[in-house]
Amino acid sequence: MSSESASPAGGAEAPRYYSLHEHHPENGTLLGFWLYLMSDCLVFACLFAVYAVLGRNYAGGPTGRELFDLPVVAVNTSLLLLSSITYGFVMLHVQRNRLVPALVWLGITGLLGAGFIYLEMREFAQFIADGAGPQRSAFLSAFFTLVGTHGLHVTFGIVWLVTLMVQVATHGLTPANQRRLMCLSMFWHFLDVVWIGVFTVVYLMGVLT
Amino acid sequence: MLNHTSLTTLFLGRLSWNALPLHEPIILYTFVGVAAGGIALLGAITYYRLWGILWRDWITSIDHKRIGIMYIILGLIMLLRGFSDALMMRAQQAVAFGDSAGFLPPHHYDQVFTAHGVIMIFFVAMPLVTGLMNFVVPLQIGARDVAFPFLNNFSFWMTACGAVLVMMSLFVGEFARTGWLALPPLSGILFSPDVGVDYYIWSLQIAGVGTLLSGINLIATIVKMRAPGMTLMKMPIFTWTALCTNVLIVAAFPVLTAVLALLSLDRCIGTNFFTNDLGGNAMMYVNLIWIWGHPEVYILILPAFGVFSEIVSTFCGKRLFGYASMVYATVVITILSYLVWLHHFFTMGSGASVNSFFGITTMIISIPTGAKIFNWLFTMYRGRIRFELPMMWTIGFMFTFTIGGMTGVLLAVPPADFALHNSLFLVAHFHNVIIGGVLFGMLAGINYWFPKAFGFKLDAFWGKCSFWLWLSGFWFAFTPLYVLGLMGITRRLSHFDDPSLQIWFEIAAFGAVLIFLGILCFIVQLVVSFLRREELRDVTGDPWDGRTLEWSTASPPPVYNFAFTPIVHDNDTWADMKKNHYARPQEGFIAIHLPQNTAAGFVIATLSAACGFAVIWHMWLPAAAAFAAMLVAVIVHTFNYDRDTHLSADEVRKIEGSRTALLANHV
Repeated sequence: MSSESASPAGGAEAPRYYSLHEHHPENGTLLGFWLYLMSDCLVFACLFAVYAVLGRNYAGGPTGRELFDLPVVAVNTSLLLLSSITYGFVMLHVQRNRLVPALVWLGITGLLGAGFIYLEMREFAQFIADGAGPQRSAFLSAFFTLVGTHGLHVTFGIVWLVTLMVQVATHGLTPANQRRLMCLSMFWHFLDVVWIGVFTVVYLMGVLT
Repeated sequence: MLNHTSLTTLFLGRLSWNALPLHEPIILYTFVGVAAGGIALLGAITYYRLWGILWRDWITSIDHKRIGIMYIILGLIMLLRGFSDALMMRAQQAVAFGDSAGFLPPHHYDQVFTAHGVIMIFFVAMPLVTGLMNFVVPLQIGARDVAFPFLNNFSFWMTACGAVLVMMSLFVGEFARTGWLALPPLSGILFSPDVGVDYYIWSLQIAGVGTLLSGINLIATIVKMRAPGMTLMKMPIFTWTALCTNVLIVAAFPVLTAVLALLSLDRCIGTNFFTNDLGGNAMMYVNLIWIWGHPEVYILILPAFGVFSEIVSTFCGKRLFGYASMVYATVVITILSYLVWLHHFFTMGSGASVNSFFGITTMIISIPTGAKIFNWLFTMYRGRIRFELPMMWTIGFMFTFTIGGMTGVLLAVPPADFALHNSLFLVAHFHNVIIGGVLFGMLAGINYWFPKAFGFKLDAFWGKCSFWLWLSGFWFAFTPLYVLGLMGITRRLSHFDDPSLQIWFEIAAFGAVLIFLGILCFIVQLVVSFLRREELRDVTGDPWDGRTLEWSTASPPPVYNFAFTPIVHDNDTWADMKKNHYARPQEGFIAIHLPQNTAAGFVIATLSAACGFAVIWHMWLPAAAAFAAMLVAVIVHTFNYDRDTHLSADEVRKIEGSRTALLANHV
């Protein structure tokens, strides 16, 4: 009843039907996180679709052209795009196992994200004060929801980033922490890509019409 | 400073003593019954000192097998609730003619049919399907567990918490009166100002997160963790269907999440997505929800197809006929399921070209599905068919489902659909495919894999009683609805004027009683099997002469599933191993790396249910507190880096040695 009898074709010692050492699947987390990002992308796809259908239903209320302040949005956009670059620096330092510079760049990334959120909140507050809140028209409902959902994601990204900074400072750049930094990196860049869509579809096209 | 009333509002929102159904005798008696049963259950658990076992081995367990079993238990419990709703509807429609108003007022009847649909799809069919996939897939691909074991536990508890919210709506407040998809403007705040639709939204949102995460988890498992040698085209068919189903879950559930979030914004803060004025568009909701909803029915049926494929091949003692075509058919159905959503509302009036496009894509789906039916038939052809319970369910399915599929093709013809839309014909059609397809599939799967999960077979006599009662009950219950639908009777009516229709509803009610007896027999089957477990015991781990890897390990499988990772050379790996006189390894065991149990999933899910409950009742302060607590719990969980444990080589040797001894005694 030894394992040789299980290998009629193999002949020698190696058993045919089972492996004598552990089998370690790799990069499952990154695949899983990609899948999550794609599902999140679908949430945004729905919100974009809703905006595409309802985005011109002003119901007699203000239009995008009247509301949007492009220079501010331009600053906003630059902050977020810059934060993607700074996150890139984080990952470069992580690869070279340099803890302190990685933490510094993480901090800068977080600050840029916070600046983005601040400008967005200011814009929202301004609109609501002007009587252009999400209840005013289907256009504004779709606008606030699409842009707000993105902003909510960035906010959660910042919470995650701060948590991760504490964890990296405590445990160092262990494999587990490197994996987490990689996931947050994907998340952060994903939000940037979505923002490029928002900037184009909502702001630029909104001002054009 | 806040005055007393506004502080109370902040804490309790809309919740008051009026929310308790003290004036509705049916619900009150149900509540008393449920409360008594619940207290008896809790008392029994305390008396037999089972809390520790329950907490350590089940609630905090991240073993995919136990989670799978818990999913199935959840599905079966909710089946009882969903079926009581069905019995109430059948009874109401059988008696509410002319002067008789029946026993359910419209207000209550509307909640019953909504709850029935929601529960049967989200909290019966989904948990059963997810449970089977969870239990079977890692075993079939030779893996130790799923890719993210903690996430798996969390997903289960999110689903369970969604179910808890639905159940709560029975006793605290009320459920939606809108039908199972809560279409606006009916589900908007103007026409449904009470908490019913909010219960609907939040129970589905919470359960939906669980479903989505479990979908991601199983895709990662199947893609990354297959045993060496198991290429995609050597995967068992059930795993293939599970893969396609989970792809559909990941690609469809975000749409549900988004659309329910928008509906909830409309209701809570007064946005105008689906309202009748200020630019809202209700048809946007209908489109979006069916973009989720149509893939959803394939999410349910594909794993059932997988179950039948495994069963047919096992009980005919043959390889599945046309394995490759089965795989392609599954993938084609996966893709096509995204191109047909509009057939649910041909009557929207999108015009002839749009309707014909969706009519034709719908009819095309019957081609791969038909290919599957022929594959099963050709597998049976010249097979040595063993008519055991799983095989009986399979044949019952092929007969029932084919007819259901044909009425579906009929409904896919837009002009016919204009006559049959929202009629009882439609109700009969989708019950025909969901009961005849999904439910028969799940019962076949439970009968088939039960011995794997518990080490003894299910009793055949009571199983056969259950099968015949279900099958005949189904046809008695739904044939009349086909007839009535063709006569033009619409669905969701709680009262009829024309007495000539009554006989059909009485026949349908008789069918429902037969199904009720079928469910009773199933419960008796479980109890009898448990009592006779020593007679029904299977020590080989392979009671049906199975063909796939799950039958190569012990029943119930050890916590690590396989002492050594299997190597795959052929489809039907276990059949191949048996043919080549595979012998179990007896020595050289190595330590096995396993994930550790954790309470985090249970805690976070419970907090999310609390948060959902608070939001439903506009209890903003408790809602914010529960949300903050949830966030803290998540963050605290991420600070736990010590998530693994090892099973030493000695322990593995002990477990495997006792199985060797058991096998030696019984051969």
